Amino acid sequence: MPHQEPKVRVLVAKPGLDGHDRGAKVIAAAFRDAGFEVIYTGLRQTPEMIVNVAVQEDVRVVAMSSLSGAHMTLFPRVRQLLDDAGADKVLVTGGGIIPEADMRSLESQGIGRLFGPGTPTTVAIEYVRKWLVQQETA
Amino acid sequence: MTPEGFFLAQLIEDFRARSTVALARAISIIEDETDGFQDLLRTLLVRPPLAKRIGVTGPPGAGKSSLVAGIATICLAQGERTGVVAVDPSSPNSGGALLGDRIRMNDLSTEPGIFIRSMASRGSFGGLATATKDVLGLMDAFGFDRLMLETVGVGQTEMEVVSATDTVVVVLVPESGDTIQAMKAGLMEIGDIFVINKADRSGAVRLQKEMTEALNLRDTSMFLNNSFRSDTYHEGVSEEVTVLQQADWDIPVLLTDALSEEGISELLSAIEAHHNWLEESGGLASRRRDRARAHIGEVVNRELRRTTWASVETSLRLEMGLNDIEAGKGTTYSVAQDILGELLR
Repeated sequence: MPHQEPKVRVLVAKPGLDGHDRGAKVIAAAFRDAGFEVIYTGLRQTPEMIVNVAVQEDVRVVAMSSLSGAHMTLFPRVRQLLDDAGADKVLVTGGGIIPEADMRSLESQGIGRLFGPGTPTTVAIEYVRKWLVQQETA
Repeated sequence: MTPEGFFLAQLIEDFRARSTVALARAISIIEDETDGFQDLLRTLLVRPPLAKRIGVTGPPGAGKSSLVAGIATICLAQGERTGVVAVDPSSPNSGGALLGDRIRMNDLSTEPGIFIRSMASRGSFGGLATATKDVLGLMDAFGFDRLMLETVGVGQTEMEVVSATDTVVVVLVPESGDTIQAMKAGLMEIGDIFVINKADRSGAVRLQKEMTEALNLRDTSMFLNNSFRSDTYHEGVSEEVTVLQQADWDIPVLLTDALSEEGISELLSAIEAHHNWLEESGGLASRRRDRARAHIGEVVNRELRRTTWASVETSLRLEMGLNDIEAGKGTTYSVAQDILGELLR
């Protein structure tokens, strides 16, 4: 009887006020089917809510979807609050309507890779898997 | 000290300093059965259980999460610290899970007095029940006044899971209609309190009446059985009196509407009444004792299983035994005996 593999827990969150969560639901289902345990909290989350959930659920990854253009405020705020809460090892990643220049700027602020519209879900899953392997060996 | 040992020592220190990060990490360690998780539990679960434990169960979509959120909100206003564990199923194919109970509890996610944890059933060897009990124990040791465990009420495992609580609330909806179904499903046997949620829908009052009647039937028979048993198997009057009092809890059937918050404070009153009754009747002590007994058995079984299958000797004897079977020199039973012989040496 094999020993239980540690499960990777991922929080999929919708920060801010935009009301479309189709993308978030698609990625949540894809992560689930890839064998992750996905915590999904629904629409209109504040950074404080997201970080509290991330801490309580002890997730390795926070994946956020933003379509409203507020990513430059919300994503770094989530990063900051996670660090403050002692969850500095948590990967912050995500996607949505985010210009390339913003992606680069956010990456320089401790945010992981961000994915635009049309990205196959497998690309995001591969990215998270590789990041996890890097963490193990680091 | 090994790096792992150092990590655990630090974790225990942080846990005792009431760091929620440490509590969350400790829960993961137990869920994953990470090396050293038994030591962690042995160290942290030293005091007797203090928190009031409520189990909430019922069919999917009945409104369990919303009711839990409603109860937790009132408790918070009364200054109680509340821990919530919400169990959802894992996919047997991918092993993944989508845990969405928190959607109904979003208003509580920034309250410092409330800690919510989603658990996937992971479903192997009834391990969920043991892990859930460990997690509740851990949260109890962390110092919550009240613990709420939410799980879908179907199947043996879920029944086992809710048995880790003091008061079991079974949540139904008017559409659960056919009371006979409810009686068959086994839910009728575990509920201390029944709730018909979404009571604004038609059929709620009728279901309430039917349920009350069905429960009365059950109560009478239990009452008779218990007094019969006490006459037959126990000597002395005091024993009989205790048993009679224990059978004396009048199982309420309440109407609620979680969304409009109607009936929630009445539900909490019923939960409190049940708890008081448990304490006065001595039922709480005996429930906790039964619970501890069952848990010890589970832990012993789990450790035996882990020890057996983690040993190199076992794998060796298994492979050799399989060759023997192929060559017609052995049976599954002879190999099993060989493996057990090595273990019990």
